[in-house]
Amino acid sequence: MDPIKIIVPVGSLGAGVRDIELDYGIARGARVIATDAGSTDSGAAYLALGMSKNDRGSVKRDLTKLMRAASEANIPLVVGTAGQAGGDKNVDWTLDIVREVASELEIRPKVVALYSEIEKPRLHALRQAGRVKPLPPLGELAPETIDSCDHIVALMGPEPYMAALRQGADIIVGGRTTDTAVIAAYALLHGAAAGPAWHAAKVAECGAQSTARRRGSGVLISIDDTGFEIEPLERDNLCTPESVSAHMLYENADPFRLHEPGGVLDVSGAIYTQHDDRTVRVEGSRWEPGPYTMKLEGAGGGGFQTVMLIGIQDPEVLDRLGEFHDRMLESLYRRVQTTMGADAGDFHISLRIYGWNAVSGDTPPEGTPLPREVGVLFVATAETQELASQIAKACNAYFFHFPLNPEKELPSYSFAFTPADIDRGQVYEFKLNHIVEVDDPMELVRTKWFELQDAAR
Amino acid sequence: MTTVNDVCRHVRSKNAGPFWVTIDLFFDGPESFARYATSPSLDAEHIAALFQTDPELVKHFPVPSLNVLKISYPRATPQGGVVERDMHSGQQYVRLLDHVLD
Repeated sequence: MDPIKIIVPVGSLGAGVRDIELDYGIARGARVIATDAGSTDSGAAYLALGMSKNDRGSVKRDLTKLMRAASEANIPLVVGTAGQAGGDKNVDWTLDIVREVASELEIRPKVVALYSEIEKPRLHALRQAGRVKPLPPLGELAPETIDSCDHIVALMGPEPYMAALRQGADIIVGGRTTDTAVIAAYALLHGAAAGPAWHAAKVAECGAQSTARRRGSGVLISIDDTGFEIEPLERDNLCTPESVSAHMLYENADPFRLHEPGGVLDVSGAIYTQHDDRTVRVEGSRWEPGPYTMKLEGAGGGGFQTVMLIGIQDPEVLDRLGEFHDRMLESLYRRVQTTMGADAGDFHISLRIYGWNAVSGDTPPEGTPLPREVGVLFVATAETQELASQIAKACNAYFFHFPLNPEKELPSYSFAFTPADIDRGQVYEFKLNHIVEVDDPMELVRTKWFELQDAAR
Repeated sequence: MTTVNDVCRHVRSKNAGPFWVTIDLFFDGPESFARYATSPSLDAEHIAALFQTDPELVKHFPVPSLNVLKISYPRATPQGGVVERDMHSGQQYVRLLDHVLD
């Protein structure tokens, strides 16, 4: 079998694809371009809101380069986890850009959208049928948890992509998918060995992150019967056995075994060798087939927040920050209770002292040097944005003037903005860490083909 | 007295999905790795106490080829909650730097 070469142009669509790298990969014989466009990394807001993290302009710039290169080379372009979270809205947002770019480039690719968002009644039914299982640290899925989600997706495996490629798709815009499945799909369809295909996809999924100098954006992987090779698409960069093997550590709870739909990638026996100056060869990656499960992600909104920020240089406050924090917090709670009473509803205030303990939340050890100044972030969380805003406004003067020594004149701290309070929006959380057992990889997936000549405006 | 910072060339932390944190200790060579990667002071109980998590769920993965010890544990609160202080868990490793190994 000829090795199957795959361009992974960038760690995430919108981060900055480079034409020179695409040209290099295509000249080296790439048969497909594959990239993911998101992850859960940046939090639940993007799934809950159906919103992209990258702005439209940067995604459009990348898609323009990718669609032009793929069209000229007559190879498919595969995008997974579209629009950061891969919910239906995120997919449609991306499709809209694909249509616009196709029209501007005057090309007519066959476009396929793969959706994996799950309606709540369907998940309730799957749960009742005993097909939903928890992953630690969460327990059994409660029906209320399903109801508390705004959007729920199942992570697709490679099969929906393989089916679309088999039927001649030029561009695939996939919803939520495992990063690896997006990249491995083409190779698996064309008969590559499963272990090397999945492992190559894993080390390539963050683009140039698995290279030694981290220059450029992407990598080229080349998968054959016994292993795979990986090289940077930027010529002035290289892969080393360490840079490639260390990538299995990144963001993975387990560096040796990666659970995927339909099996486990086991790299504990993988051997990494320097193949030439820039290329690493990897052999010994194993794929263990297993039951077909899809991981679920669900995101929903909680309370709403309003924030305020002050700076403090007063040496007396800096000397007694712990006491200052506790007493100010108590006074702010009292202020809300006396002014708003029960109208404030179920609310929460936190004060985070940047420069002292905002990140850790704990008491700095004895002997920690005093900061020259600190920033105090006030965060009110309430049931509505209006209430959070009212709470912040009620606290404004107390936050601004809180005296450490009531005998003395009132101090004034340093606000950075006017108005001082900023409505920050809703708190978003991931609610699910569960898997669902499916009979068929396509069971929860909807495939939609688009004829762009009809859509062209 | 030897601390993590004394025998590691690099330590980092990162979220591994919304419910887990993973810490990579890159030891400064095979000798430090051999001597400290299995140190009792890095066991599940110590890690759980440092990061307010359940010791039963703390996982250790030694990676001798890289002189790395990976430690993964569930977050005390899920990512992005009301009092989120470190969305990507990128600063969680810091409290391990002065941790005494022997």
